[in-house]
Amino acid sequence: MKLPPGQYLTEDFPVLTAGPTPRVPTDTWEFVVVTEAGEKHRWSWAELMALPSEQPTVDLHCVTKWSKLGTSWQGVSLDVLLDGVDTAADYVMVHSYGGYTTNLPFEDLRNGQAWIAYRFDGEDLHPEHGGPARLLVPHLYLWKSAKWVRGLRLTDEDEPGFWESAGYHDYGDPWREQRYQGD
Amino acid sequence: MDLFSDEYTDGNALAGPLRELFTVDMTSAVGRCVSCGGEGPVAGMKVYAQAPGLVARCPSCQEVLMRLVRGPSDAWLDLRGTMSLRIPMPPE
Ligand SMILES: [Zn+2]
Repeated sequence: MKLPPGQYLTEDFPVLTAGPTPRVPTDTWEFVVVTEAGEKHRWSWAELMALPSEQPTVDLHCVTKWSKLGTSWQGVSLDVLLDGVDTAADYVMVHSYGGYTTNLPFEDLRNGQAWIAYRFDGEDLHPEHGGPARLLVPHLYLWKSAKWVRGLRLTDEDEPGFWESAGYHDYGDPWREQRYQGD
Repeated sequence: MDLFSDEYTDGNALAGPLRELFTVDMTSAVGRCVSCGGEGPVAGMKVYAQAPGLVARCPSCQEVLMRLVRGPSDAWLDLRGTMSLRIPMPPE
């Protein structure tokens, strides 16, 4: 077993939240991708459920230093969602219900690295853990895996999100221990 | 409608972390919210501490008033949600 530097192993699943937990009913839920040209792509909950899903088992690394290994998820790969999206964007701002944002390079969402996840451990994703659906991008610190995901804005320029603008690292690679700006 | 669950503490949770940055007790400072214009003491903010940093929200509109991140050798204080902070001072 190998952990990224500075991390410790935990068996439970701590709940971290920067605000009130949004309760988003699936009948009004939607996921919207806006390209750098302003083109919008929308999926309702039913449309998301109709897409082919995957069941990734991944390790989670939180910047507050806990790691949880071998977690089981179900969700739709971003490769599927972005398949028909015409873009040459280099960056993404992820938006959540409740107002949270986080930024990452567009390529980190591609090639089997990221999912819109709606089941955890065989059950519907609880609102505490970001349900009905969250971004799952496990190769970066967990603050990048935005809970209550609502959409992606694809951009040419990198902009800092909620934590990235308040001292946290722009990229957040746990294996390079990129916790804070300057790490 | 039960739209939100709330797991927060009051702004007194900011007393220690802010004392690291300021030489006065900041919990009685009065902040004005950029979003709704509401005024209130730091001690009355809603503080979400189970997070990578401390997030203080407006008790009226829930918008973020303050973010405080403490790294090993730096602290970041983001006050963009606070229009002003009125800080009681000892008489000159
Ligand atoms: Zn307010």
